[in-house]
Amino acid sequence: MNREDFPMLKKEIVYFDNGATTLKPDAVKNAIIDYYENYSANAHRGDYKISMIVDEKYEKTRSKIKEFINAKEDSEIVFTSGTTDSINLIVNSYFRQHLKKDDEVLITYSEHASNILPWFVLQQEIGIKVNYIKLDESYEVTLDNVKKAITNNTKVISLAHITNVVGDVRPIKQIAKLAHENNILLVVDAAQSIAHTKVDVTDMDIDFLAFSAHKIYGPTGIGVMYAKFSLLDKMKPRNYGGGMNAIFTKDGYIELREVPTRFEAGTPNIEGVIGLSAAIDYVNNIGIDKINKYEQDLKKYLLEELSKLDFIEVYNKNAKGSSVAFNIKNIFAQDTAVYLDKYNICIRAGNHCAKILNEAIRVNNTCRIVISFYNTKEEIDLLINVLKNSKNIWNEIL
Amino acid sequence: MDANIKRSIILDNYEDKTNRMDIEDTSYIKHNSRNVSCIDNINLYIKINNNTIEDLKFNGEACVISTSTTAIMCKLLKGKTIKEAIDIIKNYDSMIEEKEYNQELLKEANVFDDIYKQPSRKKCATLTWHGLLEELNKYE
Repeated sequence: MNREDFPMLKKEIVYFDNGATTLKPDAVKNAIIDYYENYSANAHRGDYKISMIVDEKYEKTRSKIKEFINAKEDSEIVFTSGTTDSINLIVNSYFRQHLKKDDEVLITYSEHASNILPWFVLQQEIGIKVNYIKLDESYEVTLDNVKKAITNNTKVISLAHITNVVGDVRPIKQIAKLAHENNILLVVDAAQSIAHTKVDVTDMDIDFLAFSAHKIYGPTGIGVMYAKFSLLDKMKPRNYGGGMNAIFTKDGYIELREVPTRFEAGTPNIEGVIGLSAAIDYVNNIGIDKINKYEQDLKKYLLEELSKLDFIEVYNKNAKGSSVAFNIKNIFAQDTAVYLDKYNICIRAGNHCAKILNEAIRVNNTCRIVISFYNTKEEIDLLINVLKNSKNIWNEIL
Repeated sequence: MDANIKRSIILDNYEDKTNRMDIEDTSYIKHNSRNVSCIDNINLYIKINNNTIEDLKFNGEACVISTSTTAIMCKLLKGKTIKEAIDIIKNYDSMIEEKEYNQELLKEANVFDDIYKQPSRKKCATLTWHGLLEELNKYE
């Protein structure tokens, strides 16, 4: 649905790589152009009309994000450059100060590198321990396995809401309840869920959340970190400079500005924030529940069609997200991707930044499709037809 | 060379298991060639004696181009002196980069002479050749 809003879809491509990034509707592009053409000024600086417009749009976006994820306060929303940046901010500006040697963080093998490596660095530098919650036979997280992994030293659980390879949806609300009963904080990586399902930080009782705009039809280079106010207030800024200080004097005294401004030093990514704002409006206009329903129906159709092809192996049939990981049997994933590209079908081949998961499932590389609401049955039929002819793969790609 | 002939040489070498195996023998140098931007991951096992490549084996998981070119490389460079091997690798590189090169030296590796038409696969075609060169340069 809504295909006419996406200029990229007029280029005769079939775009299935929505887990990597999503295409952008005209509304996002137009909002950014409007900023540069009609009120191009800096934020938080203005004593003149167009700068006031920037301030207003910038802060309104914060408010819009607050509503979108159902946070309690606008001030709980911090703009970052994306999910990776948000998680690094959470780890380095909160947990580095609040964890000590032998404290434990729980993650899983199927986390994205962005939710593993920052913790590894804390492990190396301050001696925390990174432990893994066992995955079940479908590579999913069960509440029972979370319980088993918790020890007296567990201080934080950090999980993707939906993982980027398997596409399983974690029971975040239940995990949060269990975590809080044990005085454990919960960090949620919403990169792969934010565009596909409702993320409600209050209902789910999430302590920290991270996501990127570009995976929800917005621009690249902008993202969001959410933290409950009481936690955010204890975070240490990582950048010092303009915009984030209230007072400083020649003897080295610094007084910081309020939360969240103190975390946004320097001129922010204004066009990014304005683009994100338009993206959120766009998604809200369709409705996230309607998007979810459409994508789930389409994914079901894709799985049914793939299951008719005996030379295709699907690795995540049970997952509830909108992704499908598969291979043509005995064909390397990248060769399949090159073959599909001959027909302008864009899919992702690789390990999807989940290198330790691959060690566990012994499948290093897969082809991945993540469905968006702009995908159609006709596109899936085309994919299936091309796959049906894949015995010709070498004639096509060599 | 005819496209069909090229294709069948590439595929024959892709399927060829002669030099495709893991080697435990510690007299071999193990070199991991990994393409971080795509996903090829190949181990080379290189045995050097008297300035000569006495044996060359490989194993790993990689695309058709990477796998096939590595199989060809193993056959082509086994028995060559380090100096000869470096010369062949440089000629192969020149071919990939559309520069002048000695066609006769490259034998079956000539099948990759039009890989420049798919720029995204140049890296696949050179990954293990560069890995080997890195090890050989240590002897020069």
